[in-house]
Amino acid sequence: MNSQVLKSTSINRDAYLTGLLNLVSRVTPPQPSPPAGRGPERVLEGWLEELEGWLEGLRDRSSAILLEETFPSTKDEAWRFTDLSPLLQVTFQLPETSNVASIPSSEITPLIFSEAADSRLVFVNGVYAPQLSSVAGLPVGVFAGNLTALPENYRSSIPNYLGKQHGATEVFTALNTAGLTDAAVVWVSKNQVIETPIHLLFISTLSDSPTISQPRCLVVAETNSQVTLIEDYLTISDWCADKSHPYFVNTVTEIWAQENAQINHSRIQRNSNVAFHIGKTAISQARHSRYTCNAINLGGKISRHNLEVYQTGQETETTLNGLTMIAGEQLADTHSALILNHPHSTSRQLQKNIARDRSHVVFNGRVFVAKAAQLTDAGQLNRNLLLSPKARIDTKPQLEIIADNVKCSHGATVSQLDDEEVFYLQSRGLDKVSAYNLLVDAFAAEILNQIPLNSVGIMLSQCIACRTI
Amino acid sequence: MIIENSEVILSVRDLTANVDSNQILKGVNLELKAGEIHAIMGPNGSGKSTLSKVLAGHPAYEVTGGEVIFQGQNLLEMEPQERARGGVFLAFQYPLEIPGVSNVDFLRVAYNSGRKAKGLEELDAFDFDELIQEKLDVVKMNPSFLSRSVNEGFSGGEKKRNEILQMALLEPKLAILDETDSGLDIDALKIVANGVNQLAKPDNATLMITHYQRLLSYIVPDFVHVMEGGRIISSGTKELALELEERGYEWVREEEASEVGV
Ligand SMILES: Nc1ncnc2c1ncn2[C@@H]1O[C@H](COP(=O)(O)OP(=O)(O)O)[C@@H](O)[C@H]1O
Ligand SMILES: [Mg+2]
Repeated sequence: MNSQVLKSTSINRDAYLTGLLNLVSRVTPPQPSPPAGRGPERVLEGWLEELEGWLEGLRDRSSAILLEETFPSTKDEAWRFTDLSPLLQVTFQLPETSNVASIPSSEITPLIFSEAADSRLVFVNGVYAPQLSSVAGLPVGVFAGNLTALPENYRSSIPNYLGKQHGATEVFTALNTAGLTDAAVVWVSKNQVIETPIHLLFISTLSDSPTISQPRCLVVAETNSQVTLIEDYLTISDWCADKSHPYFVNTVTEIWAQENAQINHSRIQRNSNVAFHIGKTAISQARHSRYTCNAINLGGKISRHNLEVYQTGQETETTLNGLTMIAGEQLADTHSALILNHPHSTSRQLQKNIARDRSHVVFNGRVFVAKAAQLTDAGQLNRNLLLSPKARIDTKPQLEIIADNVKCSHGATVSQLDDEEVFYLQSRGLDKVSAYNLLVDAFAAEILNQIPLNSVGIMLSQCIACRTI
Repeated sequence: MIIENSEVILSVRDLTANVDSNQILKGVNLELKAGEIHAIMGPNGSGKSTLSKVLAGHPAYEVTGGEVIFQGQNLLEMEPQERARGGVFLAFQYPLEIPGVSNVDFLRVAYNSGRKAKGLEELDAFDFDELIQEKLDVVKMNPSFLSRSVNEGFSGGEKKRNEILQMALLEPKLAILDETDSGLDIDALKIVANGVNQLAKPDNATLMITHYQRLLSYIVPDFVHVMEGGRIISSGTKELALELEERGYEWVREEEASEVGV
């Protein structure tokens, strides 16, 4: 009896995954998008054909992987605390492509960060929206656009990077790849220092039925180059009550830092509270490269961020700052993995979580230091603020250290707001709510202050302020 | 200064209070009028900080009896922030550190919450900056302290000066200074005392809690009270403090015992 129940749910999960796969595989080949790439039309057509052929192979391989996989459950160690069964209740459809064209640019205006006003790419439900994008503010030496518009000199390298990161066989990563037709691409040429930050805006729109979209992003920072990125997931027409259908955003971002490259990456997940958001960020760090991630998780009914850094050369520097702040019935799960295979690297990770109401935060921070990674200096800190007795935080450091001459530290704390601090503020005239807010803001500020764009920090502090008690 | 017929700022009658169901205050009586500076002295553990926390409204202290009237209002019915906005200020014996909250933001929010309560317009960052620069002078504080987190990494003396800066800004009717002098070197003590003296006006009252007579040479009290075992056992003028310094608390205790005997 029991085994029968088990079997039938596992069949359901298999069937559900196959259903998703069939849905996302219904792809339309990439279209040339204005402004079209340089060179005669004939050359572009040749490229599109070549690209489509190659992408088809990539999709097929991912589909084959998925057919062997099943949809994860809480019995899988990696999903122990994050129960995806609410997602299994929903039958998703592909979003109407007409949504892309229907968004007026006035909707985008408030979402633009002044520092990146003319260095932004906008994708709507995973589809490139050239009319909402503007890259006029970018200097030569960097390409920011979609895959089909990729300049000729980069094209032949695409198969070395797209879909090439470790962990490609993970279910949701493979699902994204199985539907891959286009991507946001940022490509910084050798020795180029790009001062202007680039804003990658992934917008979800709500529609009359539950939809799935799969944004994809590829970043290549060539040797000695530098770039600052803001990857931003949000929802518009949020306020439209009769359109509060759930939607599923399944993202994959692949980042390649070549030798001595420097990337500052802020990832902001502020999807609405009816969203399922599953995101993968996979980074490959070559010798002497420096990578910083500021991951801010605010949205989603259920969200998951898989942040994976793979070191491919020595003396790398990695900084992972994370802030999750949720409320209501939200669940937010961050699984980070830092895989160090080479000596002399330094990593600093600070994950801060704030859980209110009945929300549930999960953090799993894996650090793997291979035998060869001698003289690694890895530090991980996790600070949690529980603002309600019904909120829950599950946190787990996962240090796997094989090298013997390393410095690795980790620490985790869970606390509530300090009554004495609250009283101190009250004794200066602040009411309890303002005192709470000030203290929560201060807790969050340590991470928000790391974001290099002033206007992003301001937007996020407002975002956080309006969510506080 | 003692002013004939001046307004009563604070009147404490038979105040008793518990912490964790232990009675700490056992019937405190005290009256402060506008213009006056009072000092409360007493050995460690006698209940001085408890009295100051009760007056400020700390939720851990349970008032079990008596009354506290502040400018005609029942203070015990007010929330801590209402007391603060109404003009009660406690300079903490151990000021808290609040990482991540900049001192200037903290000061501005505190100042504006008082203004809002009075129906006045809040000051913006620009106007506030002008105001606070002026107040920094009162405690000779370096402006660089404004951008640092509240009390974080401040020395003991810097924390106490920061308390007086807040007092200078909030201009309370009743200032309670809980051991603001302890842990200060002589230079810092002079600065703090000078600040307090500047802020003491004919229309406000100051209650200094201290351990050491030393402070009283810099801030001269109109009245001195001795606290012991949760009660004020003796009151007098500043000469009482000098006697105390010479003869110790034992002497007051004996005096009290003989009075009771009579
Ligand atoms: N929060 C508290 N919890 C338990 N006991 C307390 C607390 N605060 C004060 N007390 C006790 O009350 C008594 C008076 O303390 P306190 O008011 O701090 O004295 P003083 O300031 O005169 O040194 C002491 O015996 C102290 O242990
Ligand atoms: Mg004390």
